[in-house]
Amino acid sequence: MRYELRKLALALMLIPAANIAAAQTSPGTMKLSDNTVKIGVLTDMSGVYSDLGGQGAVTAVQMAIDDYKAQYKPKFKIEMVYADHQNKADVGSNKVREWYDTEGVDMVTDVLNSGVALAVAKVTQEKKRIVMFVGSASTRLTDQDCTPNTVHYAYDTYSLANVAGKAIVKNGGDTWFFLTADYAFGQSLEKDTTDVIKANGGKVLGSVRHPLNASDFSSYLLQAQASKAKIIGLANAGGDTINAIKAASEFGITKNQQLAGLLMFITDIHALGLQTTQGMLLTAGFYWDRDEDTRKFSKRYFEKTKRNPTMVQAGDYSAVTTYLKAVQAAGTDDAEAVMAKMKAMPINDFFAKNGKIRVDGRMIHDMYLMQVKKPSESKYPWDYYDIKSVVPGDEAFQPLSVSKCPLVKK
Amino acid sequence: MSEIFGIPVQALMAQLMLGLVNGSFYAVLSLGLAVIFGMLNIINFAHGALYMMGAFLAWMGLEYLGIGYWPTLLLAPLAVGVFGIIVERGMLRWLYKLDHLYGLLLTFGLALVIEGFFTNAYGVSGQPYSIPAQLSGGFNLGFMFLPYYRGWVIVASLVVCFATWFGIEKTRLGAYLRAATENPQLTQAFGINVPMMVMLTYGFGAALAGFAGVLAAPVIQVSPLMGSHLIITVFAVVVIGGMGSILGSILTGLGLGVIEGITNLLYPAASNTVVFVIMAIVLMVRPAGLFGKEK
Amino acid sequence: MSRNAFAYLALLAVGIALPFFVYPVLVMKILCFALFACAFNLLLGYTGLLSFGHAAFFGTAAYVAGYAIKGWGFPTELGLLAGTAASALLGWAVGSLAIRRTGIYFAMVTLALAQMVYFIFLQAPFTGGEDGLQGIPRGTILGLISLSDDLNLYYFVLAIFVFAFWLIYRTIHSPFGHVLTAIRENEPRAISLGYDVAKYKLLAFVLSAGLSGLAGATKMLVFKFATLTDAHWHGSGEVVLMTILGGMGTVLGPVVGSSVIVTLQNELADKVGSLVTVIMGVIFVVCVLAFRRGIVGEVSALYKRMIGAP
Repeated sequence: MRYELRKLALALMLIPAANIAAAQTSPGTMKLSDNTVKIGVLTDMSGVYSDLGGQGAVTAVQMAIDDYKAQYKPKFKIEMVYADHQNKADVGSNKVREWYDTEGVDMVTDVLNSGVALAVAKVTQEKKRIVMFVGSASTRLTDQDCTPNTVHYAYDTYSLANVAGKAIVKNGGDTWFFLTADYAFGQSLEKDTTDVIKANGGKVLGSVRHPLNASDFSSYLLQAQASKAKIIGLANAGGDTINAIKAASEFGITKNQQLAGLLMFITDIHALGLQTTQGMLLTAGFYWDRDEDTRKFSKRYFEKTKRNPTMVQAGDYSAVTTYLKAVQAAGTDDAEAVMAKMKAMPINDFFAKNGKIRVDGRMIHDMYLMQVKKPSESKYPWDYYDIKSVVPGDEAFQPLSVSKCPLVKK
Repeated sequence: MSEIFGIPVQALMAQLMLGLVNGSFYAVLSLGLAVIFGMLNIINFAHGALYMMGAFLAWMGLEYLGIGYWPTLLLAPLAVGVFGIIVERGMLRWLYKLDHLYGLLLTFGLALVIEGFFTNAYGVSGQPYSIPAQLSGGFNLGFMFLPYYRGWVIVASLVVCFATWFGIEKTRLGAYLRAATENPQLTQAFGINVPMMVMLTYGFGAALAGFAGVLAAPVIQVSPLMGSHLIITVFAVVVIGGMGSILGSILTGLGLGVIEGITNLLYPAASNTVVFVIMAIVLMVRPAGLFGKEK
Repeated sequence: MSRNAFAYLALLAVGIALPFFVYPVLVMKILCFALFACAFNLLLGYTGLLSFGHAAFFGTAAYVAGYAIKGWGFPTELGLLAGTAASALLGWAVGSLAIRRTGIYFAMVTLALAQMVYFIFLQAPFTGGEDGLQGIPRGTILGLISLSDDLNLYYFVLAIFVFAFWLIYRTIHSPFGHVLTAIRENEPRAISLGYDVAKYKLLAFVLSAGLSGLAGATKMLVFKFATLTDAHWHGSGEVVLMTILGGMGTVLGPVVGSSVIVTLQNELADKVGSLVTVIMGVIFVVCVLAFRRGIVGEVSALYKRMIGAP
């Protein structure tokens, strides 16, 4: 027994030595880790947002990787892992922490959910990797919560408010009541839209917060009805928006008041049908039927998934391609070097024309004001939108002059 | 008459109506819990999962077999009831001699299995189930807009609740049941098959939960989580009402739904918590519950 | 006794060496849940009270400690203490109400009150709602050793666990612990012996809540994060499962149970997705139907049978 204890004591003494050894082998300094670039897709695989990203996002990223390999024949290997964050910030950030610590993931993308995104941004900064937010919306990601490791790709709540929100106010919708998803995304969207409404002479009469993935919207909608606002602004997304719109028609609210889906995706329109959604104004950063390039990509995507890509899924493809090009150009997967390359090069593909990543991580590209077609105007499947106007990126997104991002002041 | 105490009548009526709808679900579910508790002395944690199952069966019936709402209203509770009987035969009956807490634990495990199964198969976002054509639309009563379907939910729940009450309190079968609850050995000695009654009671309680689920399907999204969202509130309702009386659990359920509706109007932030606050107060003033008997 | 002491030392040695073989963050998570389950076992296993709302204490401490450290700039140690104290206080409030009922009602009351706490956290501004309280700094020990390094933090967490485990062990084997066991075995008899049973129950509840809080606050430190998940009733159910699987009323049972469950969840999450819940439920059902003594209980029964029967 005494002998056993002695062995234990020896083991205890070895620990500091092992500690030093472990410290020396810890990752972070390799040039191209294992000669492999590893991309993590963190998305909502089973919840309210799974139609916007989900399996479709994984497919889009895989397409991007395959296309890149076919076209550029890179010397390094490219791998992908994916996980479901279940719309829980802790699940998402713990997963990403594990990816960075044990699987050598270099870049994380999609992250459909602003609450999860804010948490992932912090882990990514701590572990010095790169995250490219495509699905997440909150402007905070490149504003007060920006990091040198963040890129925000497809859209954000500021641009949503600034394109469709502004257009609705200018069309006479000057009194608003908000139905807001009660977390980072909904709050950002409500705040940004409120700013736009006030700046254009409108008034906000009130708001009500509902939990993410709410089951019954009737009580919230009755509050909105009692406010007598002309516009009921839906500061939510995916399944929540769809359910709110359905409940509104059950209670006959749409007869006197107008619903404004502040973030509507093409899959939402597809689920609700044109009869319910006709005439709605919305903001998009991507529409499959815009030109030859978008149609070409969407056709290939449709063959794999039987759906046309949403702005998020198309954005995932573009973001991953941009990242891989930057890794190639930098000759390393070191986050700082790759990020410098990404911010220096223009982005030209089917998703963005002359896009650029700003110093705060915001990707600037054209946004579109869309109007949903009448059923009679829709000529073929998924023919849903009229492009009312093209808003240049510099006007659509928040100008750097008002940014609260510390990276900007330098 | 457009305002009472500064509250617009239209908003008050609308919230009261929504409160009654929620209260109907509370009433049917807490009634089922009370019936099961009376006979088996266990709290059925799987009650929420059975409710969810009822809704899912309705949805699956329509989606895969084309069975409409009306037949489903009968078939789905029947199926859930049969499932309940299998659970009672296969698992619960082995626990009757042990501490009653094991029944709670077993049904909790069961709830996880059912919930996990449906989550895995259908995701958590919820499946839409449309209101039956006969009940779509609504009345404009002038002071409020009443969708037909919500009105139907209230009426149907009340009918089922009071039929159950009548069956237990006023019929011969009910008398056997009450006797078996009071003294199983003696009742058995009189030649009544008590284990059979226990089995049928659990099956009936489960069927009630399934019925509530079908009623709820068009009101809320058919989602694997719908049961667990509701069941904890129903537990609080049960603690408030006490398990002593059938009528008590029905009234408590309806009443708390209405209180929730009013809270939604006066102070929306507290609408989720008001039931629990009331439970805490009741525990302080009358620990056995409003209709419970102190043991 | 000396054999016991040796066994514990051996376990400690395993604990010290483990982070070199296993991802330290995972081991820290196991330690936090092991502590949580041990604290819970004090109530279920040794006092006979089934609380179905212990996640509320776990979550409360996580939020309070997190806010104290991030919002008020408390040093790490003080933040953890503040969280623990808050949970103990909440434990006192919930306990005072819940011990008015027994058995199944006790379980339902704790569950319902915990749900109320959950809704309060959902809406209170300081918790960050569904986003959670993010980016809480880990800080340092006594201003000297930085905890941002995973290994340093690991030994800090291990020290907390060993201390709390020792405290629970001492409590169980103290006169106070024996009274608790007497209450579990036969409450009317304990009353007739002149013990103020309500007071003992409440004290056990507060102690259990406080230590659950310590576990929650420590977990917050590991993940730099306090979220609604910590306070969700799923957590309350999980800790019951860990305790029963490991063996309720045994000192080491909760540690074994939580190690198995956390490892299982970690291994399975990517492979089977939401089927994890089904697997947890099946384990629950099997434990209740056929395996009520739990792993440690069964093993020690087997051991006793082997020595007992010559």
